[in-house]
Amino acid sequence: MSDIPADAVRLAQAAPTAHRVRGYWSAVWNRLRYDYVTLLFLALIVLIVLSAIFAPYLAPLDPNKSSMASRLKPILYKSFILGTDEQGRDILSRLIWGGRTSLLMGIAPVFVATIVGGFFGVLAGYAGGKLNSAIMRTMDVFFAFPSVLLAVAISGSLGSGLINQMITLTIVLIPPICRVAETATTQVRTMDFIDAARASGASTASILVRHVLVNVLSPVFVYSSTLVSASILLASGLSFLGLGVSPPTPDWGLMLSTLRQSIYVQPLVCALPGVTILVTSIAFNLVSDGLRQAMDVKA
Amino acid sequence: MSLQPSERHLQAVKPGHPHDRGGKAQPMLIVENLKKYFPIHGGLLNRKVAEVKAVDDVSFSVLKGETLGIVGESGCGKSTLARLLMHLLPRDKGTLIFDGDPVDEPRGMSLRDLRRNLQMVFQDSYSSLNPRLPIEDSIAYGPSVHGMSRAKARAKARELLEKVGLRPDLFAGRYPHELSGGQKQRVNIARALALDPRMLILDEAVSALDKSVEAQVLNLLGYLKRHFNLTYMFISHDLHVVRYISDRVLVMYLGQVVEIGPVEDIYTQPKHPYTMALLASRLEIDPDQRIDTPPIVGDPPNPINPPSGCRFRTRCPLAEPICAERTPTLGTGAFAASDHRAACHVTNPVAGHSFAGRSLQSIAPSEMPARFAESA
Repeated sequence: MSDIPADAVRLAQAAPTAHRVRGYWSAVWNRLRYDYVTLLFLALIVLIVLSAIFAPYLAPLDPNKSSMASRLKPILYKSFILGTDEQGRDILSRLIWGGRTSLLMGIAPVFVATIVGGFFGVLAGYAGGKLNSAIMRTMDVFFAFPSVLLAVAISGSLGSGLINQMITLTIVLIPPICRVAETATTQVRTMDFIDAARASGASTASILVRHVLVNVLSPVFVYSSTLVSASILLASGLSFLGLGVSPPTPDWGLMLSTLRQSIYVQPLVCALPGVTILVTSIAFNLVSDGLRQAMDVKA
Repeated sequence: MSLQPSERHLQAVKPGHPHDRGGKAQPMLIVENLKKYFPIHGGLLNRKVAEVKAVDDVSFSVLKGETLGIVGESGCGKSTLARLLMHLLPRDKGTLIFDGDPVDEPRGMSLRDLRRNLQMVFQDSYSSLNPRLPIEDSIAYGPSVHGMSRAKARAKARELLEKVGLRPDLFAGRYPHELSGGQKQRVNIARALALDPRMLILDEAVSALDKSVEAQVLNLLGYLKRHFNLTYMFISHDLHVVRYISDRVLVMYLGQVVEIGPVEDIYTQPKHPYTMALLASRLEIDPDQRIDTPPIVGDPPNPINPPSGCRFRTRCPLAEPICAERTPTLGTGAFAASDHRAACHVTNPVAGHSFAGRSLQSIAPSEMPARFAESA
């Protein structure tokens, strides 16, 4: 009885208010719930994504049906709610259909690049030494070029087309994600809890999954989400330059490119694809910003 | 007052340990000629240009059931020593014998077995807990790595939380950032105990805590030691704390052991001039007793290129030419509990030092070589 430390007894008698046990993700959601700006733009993204998915049902007209009689008509001209382009095609329908390629360009390359870049980043960060140098110096070669130039160069050598454009974007996005993953891993690796896990006899694989990855995941996830808008912009830029999808396919960047020549005839209509790109990328940026704040659980 | 459900868990267990192999007299841990040099790379081709002699030929033993305190200045190799013993760093040379079994050698004890028996509590309670894991999972991680089922490991974690004075129903699901420094260190102790180790290395385990919490954790450590029949290796730069908790003390200077012995012998009759200076640097409780002049001057020499012979001679008030020529040793043979040894020529009657054979306490400042006389 006297062997028991006094404070253990005191703590054992502490007021029995049960502590609410909750996970990391519910803590994140708890914070996000009151961040109305993020929620608003999250809703906007959901809306854009849904409209792209249900394009066949939502688009009022055929996006590829041209009409010589109704070229470059203004907003609210007859049944063309947002006017027509230089071939007389309905802008609204083309914007809704174009969301498919543009969002695909925004999300798919970032997704693949996060997996590949994250893998190499964690590997480099955890292994350290020569392997780290080998991986990170290779990434630095890609870093040396401005991303647009790099994208143009890769795209130029691969040729245009949907798949090639996605490959290009993925390659451009891997190095920055890899760098973020490497930095986060290097930081975690020096923490004592990694040593404590090693001291308990855990295997490297188990340490990587249970201790490294969980701590690297959220910074990488947040960073990747900021890249979605960059990827959309880059894809639009490539399409604009004629290195992306080929003409009849509706695509925001391509629309901006072809409507550019008619800017003095219908300035408002010509600006619409640009506005769409702007709003979408701002939405992605604000949401990722909100996510960063919500996921930044102080340790 | 009844002690509610925790009482059952807080009863002390019988002396002796079910995993004991070597018997009472066999030291828990014998360290022989342990060496760790860190290479320094530089130059055009990134070649090795020098070595930091962090731990240089260290031998000692930790007896069963004792608390061995390890003291020394910052950078003397205390933490490197702890990491070498835990095999978190590869050693360059040296043997470890845990309860009679050589570690990591054919026919000896495997690293995995060593880690079950020897665990460590880290100094930084913040960085030693995974911020993404509830503390219950942090504690349960070790046992589950060693094949315990998830449910059993969790039950064990909760039991240990209770033992370190944290109510499981309140704390088990919390994340590290929801705990105070003292609570985190209790969790770290629980985590170290999760594998039922026989020996704990406490590397500055209470140094980062404020004084009142430090006292609580020290008392907790004392209780856990009796309860689980543990052996402690307690590393600290706080001489008062080491005196309070230790049975024996080992003093390190620049990667080497300079003195080892029973705690009261070391604190009242130090045999090595460095130990004497270290003890003199303690702050007295009574302000009138405090000293203004530092007992030793200057920084420790660079461990890349330590002085020849005795490494303390550049700061030692008793240094003589013999100290530069010959390296004093701690002597050979097994360490007994009552052994008090110092690696100093003064303690050796035949070493040729002019003070040889005299106790440090009997040497008056006026007798010391001139250059140190006024500072001493």
